Amino acid sequence: MDHLDRLENIGIHILREAYASFKNLCMLWSIGKDSTVLLWLARKAFFGHVPFPLVHIDTNFKIPEMITYRDRLAVDWKLTMVVGENRTALQNRETFPDGNVDRLTCCKKLKTEALVNTLNGSWKRYRLNHNTGSYEVDKNTEPYTGVIVGARADEEGSRSKERYFSPRDNRSEWDIGDQPPEFWNQFKTDFAPGTHVRVHPLLDWTELNIWEYIERENIPTVSLYYDHGDGKRYRSLGCGPCTNPIDSTSKNVRDIINELKSGRLKNIAERSGRAQDKDDGGGLETLRREGYM
Amino acid sequence: MDIVIVGHVDHGKSTVIGRLLADTGSLPEGKLEQVRENCERNSKPFEYAFLIDALKDEQSQGITIDSARVFFKSSKRDYIIIDAPGHIEFLKNMVSGAARAEAALLVIDAEEGVRENSKRHGYMLSMLGVKQIAVIVNKMDLVGYDEKTYNTIVSQYTKFLKEIDIVPRLFVPVSGINGDNITSGINAMKWYSGKSVLDALDDFTVEKDDANKPFRMPVQDVYKFTRFGDSRRIVAGTIQTGSFSVGDEIMFYPSGKKSRVKSIEGFNMDELQGQSAPYPVGFTLEEQIYITRGEIAVKAREKSPGVSSRIRVSLFWLGKSPMVKQKSYFLKLGSTRVQVRLEQIHRVIDASDLSYNNKKESVDRHDVAECTLKCSKALAFDPVEDNTFTSRFVIVDEYEISGGGIIQQKLDDSQAWVRDKVYVRDYKWEKSLIPAERRAERYTQKSSLILISGRKNKGKKSIARSLEKKLFDDGRVVYFLGIGNILYGIDADIKGEKGKDERSEHIRRLAEVAHIMMEAGVILIVTAVELMQ
Ligand SMILES: Nc1nc2c(ncn2[C@@H]2O[C@H](COP(=O)(O)OP(=O)(O)O)[C@@H](O)[C@H]2O)c(=O)[nH]1
Repeated sequence: MDHLDRLENIGIHILREAYASFKNLCMLWSIGKDSTVLLWLARKAFFGHVPFPLVHIDTNFKIPEMITYRDRLAVDWKLTMVVGENRTALQNRETFPDGNVDRLTCCKKLKTEALVNTLNGSWKRYRLNHNTGSYEVDKNTEPYTGVIVGARADEEGSRSKERYFSPRDNRSEWDIGDQPPEFWNQFKTDFAPGTHVRVHPLLDWTELNIWEYIERENIPTVSLYYDHGDGKRYRSLGCGPCTNPIDSTSKNVRDIINELKSGRLKNIAERSGRAQDKDDGGGLETLRREGYM
Repeated sequence: MDIVIVGHVDHGKSTVIGRLLADTGSLPEGKLEQVRENCERNSKPFEYAFLIDALKDEQSQGITIDSARVFFKSSKRDYIIIDAPGHIEFLKNMVSGAARAEAALLVIDAEEGVRENSKRHGYMLSMLGVKQIAVIVNKMDLVGYDEKTYNTIVSQYTKFLKEIDIVPRLFVPVSGINGDNITSGINAMKWYSGKSVLDALDDFTVEKDDANKPFRMPVQDVYKFTRFGDSRRIVAGTIQTGSFSVGDEIMFYPSGKKSRVKSIEGFNMDELQGQSAPYPVGFTLEEQIYITRGEIAVKAREKSPGVSSRIRVSLFWLGKSPMVKQKSYFLKLGSTRVQVRLEQIHRVIDASDLSYNNKKESVDRHDVAECTLKCSKALAFDPVEDNTFTSRFVIVDEYEISGGGIIQQKLDDSQAWVRDKVYVRDYKWEKSLIPAERRAERYTQKSSLILISGRKNKGKKSIARSLEKKLFDDGRVVYFLGIGNILYGIDADIKGEKGKDERSEHIRRLAEVAHIMMEAGVILIVTAVELMQ
């Protein structure tokens, strides 16, 4: 059994526990490499099926290729695809690219608020109709009580304090000081009305593990992760206006694995291309406490 | 390899970790110097704890550390040291960390000697099943590297560990500050020629014999994803111990149902003929039997697990409010979740001196206790001496995991006698060649039991008779089983006896007759005065 088997084993076990424990379960899919690996793990756990909706928060500023990729996989893999957004903020142009708010406020509105209100069902959700190929208002407005997320402990300080199953209160807030004990493969699957649980099957994975697994399983990824000749590629994907590529000539998965192993990126944070991280001196803990992924 | 580090506060956990990082060259370049300079500038003494804190703050700069885990490499392998931060929440974090660890480092201050938490943590490690332990006797510089002081601690602590059935791998005299015996090379103690801490880590073994124990797989779910025309009915779970193959006869407990493995299912993988611990799997069965989440799958020819609703356990309590007899909790073991009550506290053990208190009426926070638990229904498990995985459970109070424990012994419950008879019956049952679905097709009905209950003389029997006639006229294969038909025939040997046992036996026999008639595909109507079981 190698280290990827070990990570996969835990991930599959956790996904099956989550599916058995939460009536209203969903998985967040940001289209990035981590949540796509998570989606793949779900197909493994459920023998080719994904028996819960995938929720994507669309800021409307995502790099267009990401949305094309999302909808292609949604069709190919017969996914129950649900999309949420902050319609009001978008209509009123309260966004950073429109020049009306700063980066962090923009994140807070288009991601955090959209996420919280999509999860609890108070804002409209749009579901992909596989017959027509278009998104329609979802009739299901029940709050999701279990939310599967692709966060990794190594990625960023505040995430390392998570458990596999981390409770959130009714405002999606997170009490970092008081995490539940977690042992012997028994997780927090009981929760008070109005609260929900975030499930983190990839908590123990590193960036390198993610790419090794993508290679082993041959998982399709967005081509933005690779250099197409200009010596640049994205290491982490987000909104177009706030995400920059890094200097790298990695042209495929193998190149990226070699690049990570070489230590060349060792002293550069994975999310260094994400401008909003820098605007917030203390890291993302504040945003995360409010529900940001 | 995952290692947990524990010990009384201030005995030097951070220092040992910091030293290990520094001496294995796992620190970012210049980091140590930078923190030292920083301390000098602020005129405070350098502490390795500051180094650890500094690394935590800037952990996006390469991965050496996060708030609970420290990563480093020896020439032999990669390590993750699980550090359990937080003073008040220490035990909760330690339990979470230690349960994942394959081995432990336990730090004792040479000057202060064995303290309360040195013992409590040792005890917790033994309950959590961490068997490989190295004891670090730290701060040897403060006692002048004295061999006698060291030996006293070694014998004192060895004696304690022996009482809780732990044999430590080794003791290492260390000075975290000066680096003695952290890695080999530095050692001011001529009288010690044993291993350094790093060598001790490299000596730990990754336990591998789980796959050779009897097969145990808690059923997480039975999937049937029919939406896209998939007709497979897949039993899914993670193998805890042992292995199985296609064709094996499998029993499920507590139901006692039996079937044979038809195929192993998977996605994006090669076809499998067998699988072993610790892999998650899914398999289909030859015969469609009704089983659900919460059962444990075992191999019919291997030792069967214990089944009971009463168990004797050792447990530790982490909950803010104590565990009491008046309250109902949930017990989770494998994939089972049942209601449970505390029936009796045999004794509460003070983990730091192993003294008993058998007068206590509750299990308080951080107590370790031996108790009897009574569950609302029977569950399947193994006593800890047979299998640690299937003996471990947690207790949920309100919505929180508040305690954990291991099952020491199966106790009898009031259902034991009938359960055992049912197991034998199911095991010996001569399966018909005609599957239940084909009978149902022929008779155009699902075999069912209709039970009409109510108080005496309320006309149950006449309802039953009319129902029988109506269903018969509708073309159903139906039969009303009058109680007289049983009493003077099947029950002739016990008729008229009035005890509780006789009544249970009446009911058991009635249930067996019903079982046979249902197997024959019939709709059966029965009346009963009151429902006992
Ligand atoms: N003299 C001496 N002091 C030590 C040694 N190891 C740790 N200390 C000191 O003991 C105190 C507690 O150490 P620390 O590693 O922070 O303990 P922790 O609470 O177990 O993490 C600090 O002031 C350390 O400098 C040692 O080997 N010798």
